[in-house]
Amino acid sequence: MAKQVFKRPDAIKENVFHYCPGCGHSIIHRLVAEVIDELGIRDKTVGVPPAGCAVLAYNYINVDMGEAPHGRAIAVATGIKRARPELIVFTYQGDGDIAAIGTAETIHAANRGERLSVIFVNNGVYGMTGGQMAPTTLLGQTTTTTPGGRLPLRDGFPLDLSQMLAVANGSVYIERTAVTSPKNIIKAKKAIKKAFQVQMDDLGFALVEVLSQCPTNWKLSPVEACRRVEEEVMQNYPLGIIKDTTHKGD
Amino acid sequence: MTKQLMRGSHVIGEAATRAGCRFYAGYPITPQNELPEYMSERFAKLEGATFIQAESELAAINMVMGASMAGVRAMTSSSSPGISLKQEGISYMAGMELPAVVVNIMRGGPGLGNIAPTQQDYFQATRGGGHGGYRTIVLAPYSGQELVTLTMKAFDLADVYRTPVILLGDGLMGQMMEPVTFPDPIDPDTLPQKDWRLDGARDRDSRLIASLHLDPAQMEQHNWKLARKYAAICERETKRESYLLDDAVLAVVAFGTAARIAKGAVNRVRKAGLRAGLFRPITLWPFPEKELRALTRTIKHVLVFEMNFGQMVEDVRISVGEQATVHFHGRPGGIISTPHEIADAITKLFYRYKLDN
Repeated sequence: MAKQVFKRPDAIKENVFHYCPGCGHSIIHRLVAEVIDELGIRDKTVGVPPAGCAVLAYNYINVDMGEAPHGRAIAVATGIKRARPELIVFTYQGDGDIAAIGTAETIHAANRGERLSVIFVNNGVYGMTGGQMAPTTLLGQTTTTTPGGRLPLRDGFPLDLSQMLAVANGSVYIERTAVTSPKNIIKAKKAIKKAFQVQMDDLGFALVEVLSQCPTNWKLSPVEACRRVEEEVMQNYPLGIIKDTTHKGD
Repeated sequence: MTKQLMRGSHVIGEAATRAGCRFYAGYPITPQNELPEYMSERFAKLEGATFIQAESELAAINMVMGASMAGVRAMTSSSSPGISLKQEGISYMAGMELPAVVVNIMRGGPGLGNIAPTQQDYFQATRGGGHGGYRTIVLAPYSGQELVTLTMKAFDLADVYRTPVILLGDGLMGQMMEPVTFPDPIDPDTLPQKDWRLDGARDRDSRLIASLHLDPAQMEQHNWKLARKYAAICERETKRESYLLDDAVLAVVAFGTAARIAKGAVNRVRKAGLRAGLFRPITLWPFPEKELRALTRTIKHVLVFEMNFGQMVEDVRISVGEQATVHFHGRPGGIISTPHEIADAITKLFYRYKLDN
């Protein structure tokens, strides 16, 4: 009998992703689901999806899910986790959600060291609403609200949320990853797994930033979008561990 | 049972704890700071209870939302401007059918207003307050002992109807010290199981709690479901006090602190032989509409007294229609009327409409 080497994770529902071709969300959803499977925590995990493209994450990730208002996912997750500490609670948020409208909730949850695993998907635009400027949008990048490109003294500078959160004493693990290539995807999965492990070990706040591609709003093909992440986005948001005080290795 | 002399804010905190509340998140704002302070100390000594001083009103209400999703009795409290900030979360909880108790110790307004006792937030509380056309049950205590019973009842109503419940008071209710007695505490583990809570999909399908319904047909069904629930609440849960109304020819209608003052005024004019009584809505939503309308078979003059410039008076007009003449006496801004002032207003009506014949 042939050995099965690849299958649909138990933590993924049999629904067809609604995401655009080439979008990073489908890959990142799968990574989260694989990690939940591998850690054997599907029956005690609760997820909080964002407002944005991934608002329907609950159609795909097969765990208990509770919706949060835009930007408030970490506050909602804090309530769930503190009320039932035995649960493993994660949020899945885009850059607009976590780094603009939800900045306050995010910084304070990190500072309190909330035992949460945060998946922060950074694609530099508001995807769901049609490609407006996000706090993470690169300088010079054209969006539907930065005609001619983002100008620093008009539109502000790209915000490096992960670096900001690293300053908070309650955060213990922050890593920036990408899903542009098999190599990066493997690294991203490892980071996501560690973010869950950190929570299971009750160590503190853990966040994995995933640089993602938005071919639709960037008006690029999926391949070009991946190339843009590697050639432009990573110049501004370099991959790697930003903070790790877990002292446990991987 | 022993009586304890206690400040109103502390009474709410103790009653909530005894009702099985095990999660509190809040943000400082006067005149309700004594409540979070009480909760912080009470929960620090109570196994399995969580107190969080949140970074904002928004965070606080959303933390409560999370705790509620996890099936725990949860509460937050604030005062008018803070309640405005919480409205986003209250709307989501109404849509997601999540129970919670939200205490509003009202201040003067609009804007930052002041910290004096007013009833400026009647509209906000009884009309839902946030977006989307929902309702919240609104309870209006008028004494220390009623802070006990209504706080505890708020948690039951929230759970039974899976909806946020507002406890509406003011600085006077929050600061005033009165003797109160408490019933025995409820063990949260003995409360009915919430078969909708998020606690991990063990031996069952995964659950979803969400207010997003992209399909208009689904959204319509969800809204009709809420409408039926609100109709059931109106049918079953109105509560009011009738005081000296049997022979009355004029009814004063007032709630909360204003009702406390009005009761003194009614006692005062009764001594002068004027047949006035007090109708006190205890639930502001659902408003005791039928009970008030029934009164108009014999009572043709109603005096609404509010510590604002006229909000509940609209519900009174809707209730009585053409059956009675509705008069209004209001003091916005945090002025606390005396029973004498209200007695004066009642007496003038008796004189003007020759009601003492």
